[in-house]
Amino acid sequence: MAHINLNNDLPGIRGLMEYRPETATPLNALAEMLLRDDDNTLSRGERELIGTYVSYLNDCFFCQNVHGALAGHYLNCDINQIDNIKNDFNAADLSSKMKSLLAIAASVQKGGKMVSEEQIATARLENATDKEIHDTVLIAAAFCMFNRYVDGLGTTAPLDRQFYINRAPQRAEDGYLILR
Amino acid sequence: MPHISLESHLPGITGLLEYSKETAQPIRELTQFLLRGPSSLTETERELIATVVSHGNECVFCTTAHTAAADLLAGETQTAQKVKENISTAPVSEKMKALLTIAALTRQSGKSVTAEHIEEAKVAGATDVEIHDTVLIASLFCLYNRYVDGLGTALPENPAYYLTLADRLVNHGYTRLPNGYDHLKK
Repeated sequence: MAHINLNNDLPGIRGLMEYRPETATPLNALAEMLLRDDDNTLSRGERELIGTYVSYLNDCFFCQNVHGALAGHYLNCDINQIDNIKNDFNAADLSSKMKSLLAIAASVQKGGKMVSEEQIATARLENATDKEIHDTVLIAAAFCMFNRYVDGLGTTAPLDRQFYINRAPQRAEDGYLILR
Repeated sequence: MPHISLESHLPGITGLLEYSKETAQPIRELTQFLLRGPSSLTETERELIATVVSHGNECVFCTTAHTAAADLLAGETQTAQKVKENISTAPVSEKMKALLTIAALTRQSGKSVTAEHIEEAKVAGATDVEIHDTVLIASLFCLYNRYVDGLGTALPENPAYYLTLADRLVNHGYTRLPNGYDHLKK
């Protein structure tokens, strides 16, 4: 049970958004722009993967499963492959640029000051642009918000991971502005 | 030097919000509602939550800016200083102590907030909405602090910058200035 009375049975952040629509609107608008806007050289799958990885590091079950299923949907890989990336992204079949961005995201999860000049230089050697570095840091920072919001209020989440996999195609179609 | 190319006359968060106006818009809206919207928590109390979290995350820009905003709203500088030093002995209500404790725990990890901490806040008179907003403000500043430091933004050259910023946050709020920030160029 959540720490506060949400007056609804929706899981994870959905219950919070239903409870407080005034804050849900900008939260969803931010997710839509960061994770789905087409004017971006990182694919939707790559951006969802950054969100998944940070949620995994923050041990947020709901977020890592929602976004892991979405990343799998976009990147055409199954949940085992997503789990393998979470466990060791350096060993995964990802571009060197993506690996350098995931390393930056992991540092952001620990704390902004943990991002080193060396990590930025490595990303630049892999041809990461300013905007890609910016978006990586902001996606990672945003998930440090989302994860704390979801767990700090003790929301509930379905334990069956298939629940999230089943929902991913509809979420990919609807985006974050249409909630049903 | 910042990790990406930002306008040199805009230190801290402002350069980032101007660099990426599309993502800045919802972040600004969220902050304006949480820190300035209708609430049973005062604006000072909400700025103290932002201050405690930014201080815990060791984000110098955000801590200094929100301390200055809280000081200006409160008309004194003791309270913000004391909550940064020790929440339990700070000159704030029992309810605020409980909420600031929840904020400090949220900063560590959402999972650090337990049913007992929530119960303490409720016993001290905190409502569900106040608890909700406290957790979300704390979470939002975990975003801000990481955004500001993760991209290596600059600190203002002149500490007086924070007083101007605090005046803007108190008298204008968190929405973008209608004419932008070119007037801050030397």
